[in-house]
Amino acid sequence: MLRLPRFRVLSPRTYREAATLLREHGAAELDRARGTPTLRVMLVAGGTDLFPNMKRRQFAPELLVSLAGVRDAAGIHENGRLEISAGTTLTAVAADARVRERYTALAQAAEVVSTPQLRNMGTIGGNVCLDTRCNWYDQSLFWRTAEGFCMKTNPEVVCRVATSSPLCLAVASADTVPALLVLGATVHLEDADGGREVALADLYREDGIRAWALRQDEVLTDVTVPRADGWRSTYLKLRDRGSFDFPIAAVAAAVRHDGTRVAEARVAITALGSRPVLVAPAGAALVGTNLEDDAIAAAADAVHRAARPMDNTSGTISQRKRAARVFTERALRALRANLQP
Amino acid sequence: MSELSILGQRRPKVNSWAHLTGEARYADDLFLPRMLYGRLLRSTRAHARIRRIDVSRAAAHPGVVAVVTGADMPAKMGIMPSTQDETALAVDKVRYVGEPVAAVAALDEDTAYDALSLIEVVYEDLDPIFTIEEALEREDVKIHEEARRANVFKEVHLSFGDLDAGYAAADHVRDDWFFFEGNTHAPMESHSAVAQYGADDKLTLWTSTQVPHYLHRELEKVLGLPRSRIRVIATPNGGAFGGKSDPFGHEFAAALLALRTRRPVKITLDREEVFYAHRGRHPVKMRIRTGTKRDGEITAVHYQSWLDGGAYASYGIATTYYTGALLTVTYRIPAYKFDGVRVYTNKPPCGPKRGHGTTQPRYGFECQLDKIAEDLGLDPLEYRKRILQPANSRTVNDLRITSMGLGECLDALGRATRFSDRRGQLGRGKGIGIAGSAYISGAGLPIYWNEMPHSGAEIRIDRGGGVTVMCGTAEIGQGSDNVLASVAAETLGIMPSDVHVVSGDTSLAPVDLGSYSSRVTFMAGNAVKDAATKLRSRLLAVAAERLEVPADRLLSAYRRIYDRADPEKFLPFADAAVLAESKDGPLVAAGSYTPPKGIGGTFKGAGVGPTPAYSYQAAVAEVSVDLETGTVTVDKITTAHDCGRALNPANVEGQVEGAAYMGYGEIIGEEQVFRGGLHKKPSLLDYKIPTSLDTPALEVIVVESVDAEGPFGAKEAGEGPLNPVIPAIANAVYDAIRVRFDETPITAEKVLDALGKRDNRGIAKSRIGPEGLGDGKADPKRALRRLGASTDARERKRTS
Repeated sequence: MLRLPRFRVLSPRTYREAATLLREHGAAELDRARGTPTLRVMLVAGGTDLFPNMKRRQFAPELLVSLAGVRDAAGIHENGRLEISAGTTLTAVAADARVRERYTALAQAAEVVSTPQLRNMGTIGGNVCLDTRCNWYDQSLFWRTAEGFCMKTNPEVVCRVATSSPLCLAVASADTVPALLVLGATVHLEDADGGREVALADLYREDGIRAWALRQDEVLTDVTVPRADGWRSTYLKLRDRGSFDFPIAAVAAAVRHDGTRVAEARVAITALGSRPVLVAPAGAALVGTNLEDDAIAAAADAVHRAARPMDNTSGTISQRKRAARVFTERALRALRANLQP
Repeated sequence: MSELSILGQRRPKVNSWAHLTGEARYADDLFLPRMLYGRLLRSTRAHARIRRIDVSRAAAHPGVVAVVTGADMPAKMGIMPSTQDETALAVDKVRYVGEPVAAVAALDEDTAYDALSLIEVVYEDLDPIFTIEEALEREDVKIHEEARRANVFKEVHLSFGDLDAGYAAADHVRDDWFFFEGNTHAPMESHSAVAQYGADDKLTLWTSTQVPHYLHRELEKVLGLPRSRIRVIATPNGGAFGGKSDPFGHEFAAALLALRTRRPVKITLDREEVFYAHRGRHPVKMRIRTGTKRDGEITAVHYQSWLDGGAYASYGIATTYYTGALLTVTYRIPAYKFDGVRVYTNKPPCGPKRGHGTTQPRYGFECQLDKIAEDLGLDPLEYRKRILQPANSRTVNDLRITSMGLGECLDALGRATRFSDRRGQLGRGKGIGIAGSAYISGAGLPIYWNEMPHSGAEIRIDRGGGVTVMCGTAEIGQGSDNVLASVAAETLGIMPSDVHVVSGDTSLAPVDLGSYSSRVTFMAGNAVKDAATKLRSRLLAVAAERLEVPADRLLSAYRRIYDRADPEKFLPFADAAVLAESKDGPLVAAGSYTPPKGIGGTFKGAGVGPTPAYSYQAAVAEVSVDLETGTVTVDKITTAHDCGRALNPANVEGQVEGAAYMGYGEIIGEEQVFRGGLHKKPSLLDYKIPTSLDTPALEVIVVESVDAEGPFGAKEAGEGPLNPVIPAIANAVYDAIRVRFDETPITAEKVLDALGKRDNRGIAKSRIGPEGLGDGKADPKRALRRLGASTDARERKRTS
């Protein structure tokens, strides 16, 4: 089987310590001595994405700072708002009764990540920070050598998906992110000096390589979702198989009614571009309606416009773009049906 | 036949517990003292001349013990003696990305991996060829110099009966093109081999192979070591499906590295390498022209196939013939013409996958029969029943048919699924489809010409009544060890748990040609039965004497030899063994099986197709199509399979279910496809083999025609049941959305395209499939142009 490259592991007991280690070991520095340039130090939580990528030499850090030993890194608390520690496994998120009942989209999304085994290891923090994916990038070193690499692992090479693109077009592929976006989540980032809160929507960038507005010496410690009073939400994912696969198009929707009218609505998508997107016009199209068919169609149109899949995942561009529309309609219809007494 | 005590019962396989508990020792589980770890350097080029290989830096790397290249083993080899075009490691040329070029043995795997990057190979690129059409045309590029016409590996033409008269007599002629996409076996266990060269100057190779005997021959040839000094042991295969029935580069490399270092060497392929080793299903373009009378009676069939063979021969000559050989054994065809062409392309070699060469034409033909039935207003099930090739007959291409249960299979399916009532009645988006098929119970001829038995077995009974069965078959998870033990136990009158099976060992067991072409139950089963019958008569003779009962009144079962008139009058099996050994010496007997003569024709090419008995099967598939997303869901597959007699119904059902699952995967999304010369999805994440959550409900109906020549009436159950599932699903999709899928796989994109919903600007189609050869859909140079553009852009960026 493919072997991991050699590396060292440090296992701090606190997030602050982890952030300090990142800074001390030059978190943002690239190692250019190992074929393709990769970060010299990286964080690992569940390792379900990191280790396969390391086996394929997509990166080969000298040092891993493991979050497995951080005290109180896992747990879900609801006190007015939902606080999920970053080390909480996806299995735990999906199984939590409070999440299932009041933050439904998140439970549904966590439940369809990869396989049961990987959900038992993978964490919510890891999923939020999941590397972007591309079928020119998620390949072994042998394959990429034969192909001549791509922008994401070799700065001298163009993007192979669209050779004129100035930016890497690797795809945002985390299931939980659109669910968290429609629930209005924020994340807490810790560095050696302190911490900051960031709206999840501001964490991501339209760039397959530098996909996060997150410094390399920051550690994501908590995901917080505001009080869900009156909100109902759902998540739908397109993938080839019933398990294992990353999304190739996905839609999360949340609505809050005021009487019979929609007071607030949010629709978010992922796997349809380098960045997960909160589609504001889709939400706007729903406010003040009773989720009538034409309101839903208007929202679905907005999602269709926002979806910009490229030919770098399984499936095809037109199939995925179409699924974005269809899944938006289905998600919203499901939320409408739910409303009936 | 008298009552059976073991066969016909649902029993766990003799090796079930070893496999379930992880105790079974696969090749990669072997760890020998002083063992080295090997890895292969693989070609990064699709088609190139090797100008220079420099291994000096790798050889000097700390921890590296030996490095070998193609020059160390230049002898040509390959599974078919007439078309040997491979070398263990590439010698002057590489012909696909992933072809093994050199091998390193080191103290540990990491060192071997690191050392690969220190081997310098200078390539001179040649134009690559990736499509059938281009391979047929390009005279200026030769993947193999030996090819006479362009890059044609093999061209065959056979004609039987009066084709012109057949078409002249037809009221209706259909002419359809089909394309079957390539796919791969994806066994759970990746290939692995461990070689040891001993102080006795003998080489032992433990390897995950289906064909230890053929590999034995090739090792002799390539290593220049007499076969008397080589022992091949086929370890339990963690799935094979045809993908482990060629001799492979890593096996020779491990052997040579062990020879050089005098230390054991293990090479285990990683998953990506398994995709490059391949030998999977050929992509095949087909044209089928069928004439029928108004009532559907077939008057003539002209079948043509173009096979994309990849870079080497593998079993290709047999595959080519198989695409044309078995269409005649299911339905009456009075006039038949077959043209087959297999070409070389710069992709991993294709070979035999479950259903070898018959899966693609069966898909095309059964889809066409569905169209004919519709054209003529016939029920597809009743129509097939009306045109069945009769039992105990000969086909137009001179194949002998004996037992034939396809009619019973169709009847059983009709009852179980109410096919005829439900077809066309399920509403838009829901459909039901049917197809039939047949397969061989072992190839009628070996792959190298010889007059020896196809299967030999040796049985020994010890003084405690224990029995050892030795046979050269390979246990590939299909249950062959269990068949051998059960047949021996039934014949001798003991329990399978009393039997110790030694299989797949060229030093300990007589030759069996291998676990391919669904031959083991029929051929090795008969060989074991033959040997056991000889021992049984010795035991019955001494028992008759002791019990004072005539031998023909004795039966043996449950470890007793007893008087059928008075079962309480018995001699324990172990006592009989002691008596017999006292009387005539050790209880050892050999048995064998050779297929009868005259089961096929005498024309050139008649060697492919004959078998001592054909299995028959049919399947009904029920599907739902999501009209908005294009997703096809297969809800249920019901398969009826004529296996002659189910020696172990649980095992037969397992095989039929596994085959249905595999066929489902092939049409719903598995594809071995390439981007330029590079495999597009060489991982189990990207290659969409279905998960247990995707797998439809599977129902199996066992039909028993009790074959006169099969062991206790048995025929094959391993491969045939895959074939009907694929066209049954295509026909069901037609029933659901009135679109013919004349190509595989049926993807959501293609469904949307057919429904006119491709990005809301398409027009609805009634058919998805090829229009002919070189119909422009597969522009041979498109991938290359795209790759070139991307490389040019890269260069511009680098230099700007």
